[in-house]
Amino acid sequence: MDFDDTPQEAEFRARCRAFLEQHLEPLDPDETSPNMLGEREDDAAIQRAKDWQATKFDNGWAVLTWPKEYGGQGMGRMEAVIWGQEEAKFKTPPAIYGIGHGMLGPTLMTHGSDEQKAQYVKEMARGQEVWCQLFSEPAAGSDLAGLRTTAVRDGDEWVLNGQKIWSTGAHYCDWGMIVTRTDPNAAKHAGLTYFIVDMRSPGIEVRPIQQINGASGFNEVFFSDVRVPEGNRLGAEGNGWQVAITTLMNERVAIGAGGGGGRLKDLLTLARESRRGGRPAIEDASVRQQIADFWITSKGLQYVGYRTLSALSRGGTPGPEGAIGKAVGAPLGQQLAAFAIELQGAMGALNQDDLVPMEAMWQDAYLGSPGLRIAGGTDEILKNIIAERVLGLPPEMRVDKDKPFRDVPTGPPSKS
Amino acid sequence: MNLEFSEDQKFVQQTARDYLSEHASLEVCRAVLESDRPYDPELWKGVAEMGWLGAAVPEEYGGAGLGYLELVLIAQEIGRALAPIPFSSSVYLATEAILRFGSDAQKKAHLPRLASGELVGTFAMAEGGGDLDGGDCATTFSGGKLSGTKIPVIDGDVAGLAVVLAKDGAGQSLVLVDLESAGVTRTALTSIDPSRSQARIEFDGAAGEVLGTAGEGAAAATALLDRAAVMMGFEQVGGAEHALEITREFTMGRYAFGRPVASFQALKHRMADVYAKNQIALSHGYYAAWALSNDNEELPAAACGVRVAASDAFRLAAEEMVQFHGGVGFTWEYDCHLFYRRAQLTSLALGSPSEWREKLIQRLEQAA
Repeated sequence: MDFDDTPQEAEFRARCRAFLEQHLEPLDPDETSPNMLGEREDDAAIQRAKDWQATKFDNGWAVLTWPKEYGGQGMGRMEAVIWGQEEAKFKTPPAIYGIGHGMLGPTLMTHGSDEQKAQYVKEMARGQEVWCQLFSEPAAGSDLAGLRTTAVRDGDEWVLNGQKIWSTGAHYCDWGMIVTRTDPNAAKHAGLTYFIVDMRSPGIEVRPIQQINGASGFNEVFFSDVRVPEGNRLGAEGNGWQVAITTLMNERVAIGAGGGGGRLKDLLTLARESRRGGRPAIEDASVRQQIADFWITSKGLQYVGYRTLSALSRGGTPGPEGAIGKAVGAPLGQQLAAFAIELQGAMGALNQDDLVPMEAMWQDAYLGSPGLRIAGGTDEILKNIIAERVLGLPPEMRVDKDKPFRDVPTGPPSKS
Repeated sequence: MNLEFSEDQKFVQQTARDYLSEHASLEVCRAVLESDRPYDPELWKGVAEMGWLGAAVPEEYGGAGLGYLELVLIAQEIGRALAPIPFSSSVYLATEAILRFGSDAQKKAHLPRLASGELVGTFAMAEGGGDLDGGDCATTFSGGKLSGTKIPVIDGDVAGLAVVLAKDGAGQSLVLVDLESAGVTRTALTSIDPSRSQARIEFDGAAGEVLGTAGEGAAAATALLDRAAVMMGFEQVGGAEHALEITREFTMGRYAFGRPVASFQALKHRMADVYAKNQIALSHGYYAAWALSNDNEELPAAACGVRVAASDAFRLAAEEMVQFHGGVGFTWEYDCHLFYRRAQLTSLALGSPSEWREKLIQRLEQAA
């Protein structure tokens, strides 16, 4: 039992730092990293991200956990986490590779043919082309397998029609990975097929979605007679659900690694600088009790994450226990922001950087936080996962499970 | 970083679980709860023979010479079994206080008897309600004599030795008192959890000796509570885990509206909440146990973390246990109330969770 670095880990951390110091400017210790549901990246920011990725790749610091033949370093998860912790202390360009490197690359390595792996994986590591995920649809979110975008075979090609939504970064991506319905007569999960799609193909239209925080990190992607070569099929026809599951399992690992504890220090500072009952708010017992609870939940999640990491680094596989981090952490982020705004009193209702304490970062956090409770598995889906796969409670009743998909009832069209 | 307990430590835990599942079923807890007996002396003897009372005591003082990482895992099993014995008072508090602050002579005099179970110890701090740590202390120690009233003292009626916090000149001191000696009057009190006894102790010029440095008792008591909070935290998590397991089994087998009640999302999500809280508490426990085992500077904040997280987790698990059992959960016959009572008792034993939240903020402010 040891929460400190081993000598090897400490040595590796020092090497990470040495490399980072050569290439990047350190962050202020008080500066927090930008929100993942933030502003839409412009072309210059994307180019800076690609340049930084190329530097890492050329120096042996890219995709550390991937095998060397695919541009990685064949390292363990612990090294990857240490690298991530150190990189987060520097000013980096926007993180645009989370989906490609965290989810799609591992999917390609698991299900791709030798040709596909040779063609795509190492290039993905180099990062001069960026990848996005085309999974959710307007009528298929938590119930992803209910998706309706079709792919119909036409000679050596497939013809895709339909609409995807919530695709992060689709507007700057070169490649996408998509799940489609190829057999509407099969049962829901059986009629799906997975493809790699060139985002420059004719018939693809990408439109930004304006979020409740005003930003547009996500997109709708429309497919009108988009032609995809047979060689881009990933996994067998009708096997798309199994391939998609690989992607989603890796998503949980990627998201579960987060913490969100850095905000506690800011909250304490805010409580010192705000007033309540004619005194600094930090002297108010109810404020102290609430901040203590936030600290305890937040630190607890961090330690839960460490335990998962420790198990993984010793050869375990990521289990459904990882769902705790997001099921508890995402609502916590929202509660924290709401509490901070309340500390600001009437000024909390403003959202103007020059007037509101801490440049209105809590207003931004509050407006952005609902997205984190939905993206990558809603609170409710995550609790189902814990209940069913960890505690072994009975699964939800599924009235659509064994029916041909064409017979599955649908509701009225949603507002568009 | 390596957050695994070693194979030897896991073996200690498995041995404890095996022993307690044979000798400390919930009927054993219930038998004490339903009788006038303050604890189960047979189980106490057995636990002593297993070497658990002196798990963290060095061999030269009659202990097993293991460490805190072993002791917390034993505590988790004690909690799981709702063992009706004065384990927390004697091991986490009295033994720990003497180990930490005692002179060599005091260690030699008391630790072997505490480790063998021949002597039961406890810690007498509270004087009525309010904050435990830093609260009122009217009991005085002067000229080797102790006077005042401590209430409530967990296991105060069964212990033979108490560590007592008392005013001593300008400061406070920890004082060791033989509870069988003249000038000590003990009255058993009705406990919210009668499987764990509580008492009022009146001292009227009882003979005592200072433990640790005279006048520095307040700081010593605070440090002692931090250490005990870690071990108690594991005990609470053990109870919470067991409560969830029983709740799960019951709701899987109980049918309503043609389905197991465990299949309703309203219950599934709340059992997921209980599980998450248990895991958060256990993970705080890991961190705090590590800090305790190597006397890390992180211990004061970590103790607050595990204390609050484990108290909240056990209470939630027990409250939901009663609720998910429905009507039978509210009967004397079902075991839910054993957990419900123990959860409340343990959450107050070392100071309430709100007291520890306040302590946490003070400590974070000091660190800033």
